[in-house]
Amino acid sequence: MASSVGDRFSVLDRAGLRFRFAVAALLGLIALGYAAAHYMEVEGHHVTGMTNQIVWGTPHVFAVFLIVAASGALNVASLASVFGIARYKPLARLSGLLAIALLLGGLVVLVLDLGRPERLIVAMTYYNFKSIFAWNIFLYTGFIVIAVAYLWMHFEPRMGVYVKPVGIGAFVWRIVLTTGTGSIFGFLVAREGYDAAIMAPLFVVMSLVFGTAAFLLFAMAVFRWSGAALDTQVVTKLANLLGIFVAASLYLTAIYHLTNLYITEHHGFERFLLLDGGVHTTLFWLVQVALGGLLVFAVLWTPLGGPPRRKAVVASILALIGGAAQVYVIIIGGQAYPLEMFPGMDASSSFFDGVVAHYSPSLPEVGLGLGGVGLALLIALVGLRVLPFVPDRAAGDVADRQG
Amino acid sequence: MNRYGAQPDQARRRFVGRAGATAAMLTLAPGVSLIDLVRAKSDDVPVSADTRWGMLVDATKCAEGCTDCVDACNDEHGLQTSSRPELDAQYIRKLDLRDRTTGKTYSLPMLCQHCETAPCVDVCPTGASFRRADGIVLVDKHTCIGCRYCMMACPYKARSFVHENLTDQVPNTPRGKGTVESCTFCAHRVDRDREPACVEACTRAGHDALTFGDMSDPHSDISVMAKKIATRQIRADLRLNTGVRYHGV
Repeated sequence: MASSVGDRFSVLDRAGLRFRFAVAALLGLIALGYAAAHYMEVEGHHVTGMTNQIVWGTPHVFAVFLIVAASGALNVASLASVFGIARYKPLARLSGLLAIALLLGGLVVLVLDLGRPERLIVAMTYYNFKSIFAWNIFLYTGFIVIAVAYLWMHFEPRMGVYVKPVGIGAFVWRIVLTTGTGSIFGFLVAREGYDAAIMAPLFVVMSLVFGTAAFLLFAMAVFRWSGAALDTQVVTKLANLLGIFVAASLYLTAIYHLTNLYITEHHGFERFLLLDGGVHTTLFWLVQVALGGLLVFAVLWTPLGGPPRRKAVVASILALIGGAAQVYVIIIGGQAYPLEMFPGMDASSSFFDGVVAHYSPSLPEVGLGLGGVGLALLIALVGLRVLPFVPDRAAGDVADRQG
Repeated sequence: MNRYGAQPDQARRRFVGRAGATAAMLTLAPGVSLIDLVRAKSDDVPVSADTRWGMLVDATKCAEGCTDCVDACNDEHGLQTSSRPELDAQYIRKLDLRDRTTGKTYSLPMLCQHCETAPCVDVCPTGASFRRADGIVLVDKHTCIGCRYCMMACPYKARSFVHENLTDQVPNTPRGKGTVESCTFCAHRVDRDREPACVEACTRAGHDALTFGDMSDPHSDISVMAKKIATRQIRADLRLNTGVRYHGV
């Protein structure tokens, strides 16, 4: 009977040496991140690759990637609780856990990269409500609250009837959250690469890609670890969904660039990103479009991909790599192209006006970002050990849309 | 009666005596006065929206290669250069332009444009970026968390981030590692009825390329000039109503 599927959950109990090793490795990453953050705070940002030209660097790539992925990681929970697709119900708890973990990891990176991270209390007590950044503070903290509430509805049998309404709330919230994250860039009127409303839906779709890919890998790893059975059909369906999200992301990216190519004032920026931008051009075409897009399709929908599970794993890894490149190109590439204050004129100054800004990620920046990833995974791992997140089995042989 | 047989000029003595006493009362020590005659307003009087401080840059008078305004600004605010120029704070910089079609060149200073609807103020999550009633855009160094979103938002690349520990700061411009800063229109001088350091330096050098004043006062030099010569805002398409206007570019 379908309703019995996934009714039983357990704590990840096969801890042993492998669990300890994983925890130790993640603690190592967190220690690296902490050391990097401490070094940056004591020394100042001159120890990073960031400058007055590239003001947001690698930590922001990590943070935005994790935050956007967090929103998308809740996708499976939404499929189960909002759209009522029964095959995903056993996975809803894992989906909520991963979402919270990824968001916390991303937020920590974002906060520790601040020039004055010790002033977090200021950010939480002084608000300028015209700032989309201020709104995002509420969106992020609210997301954690609503995701925790969603899990509570799952864990507490008496609250089971509220799973759907809370799930709908979480679904709406995460769409608004990624809209807000995209709008951080969309609302930047000054820069050629941003200032576009399409940034909001693009980020929503990016979240679906990153989150679904991250969840697929996470769920497959958890099931492998726990020894429970994750039905191949579930994996295949999620992988196909990932492919559709990747296609949607490529579509919105194409529309963004085509629109810019139609508008003469953006030709310079498009030429930079699509042709002359060096590492940005390479990352865009080779990693974002080819690896994270076309190859994902090839792996998923041609015999090239091999058996279903391998398809899902390879496609997910490719989608995550392509997604990281996409965030890098948006954040760093968007800043690298110089501001055009005087159209039709070549500008030069001691402040690097008129030239493409150079940026090299530094070790502390990468360390901080990896620390955030480590923290996210550790939170997920600890969660698995202390609460019953892991279903005994997640099968695909149940009828869809059973509510 | 004195040796010359004339009565001393009592009125003159009284004048000298009173003037001396008044001067002594006004000045207790260098820099400390009981009554500051040159102060535009006392510190507890808020700035007024009746004033809109602004600057007019006459690019036709701005000499290529001249950095008098930049040097004066750096001195006034204690800005120093380091071995990595891409990290250095620059409140004002000289911009050299060349028209790609005609080949004509221009040289002009670029600084915070003190916009009426400043993007940096809009995007600042904590409100640390703010605009005074008299139009001067500043950063509250106590509430700036160093997120740099204002630097992303500024259309003029007018803001700098303090990347390292600072030494030898000047009292008028408290700065802080990890916070964002930009041109203050020398608010500390303007509040004492003095011109910004860059304007003073440009005038002293005889270029007269910079005019500072109250754009709300129709009789101020800047308003009179702006009526006579064509001026423009940089990135006028953004409708920011900038406080810095340019002529000759």
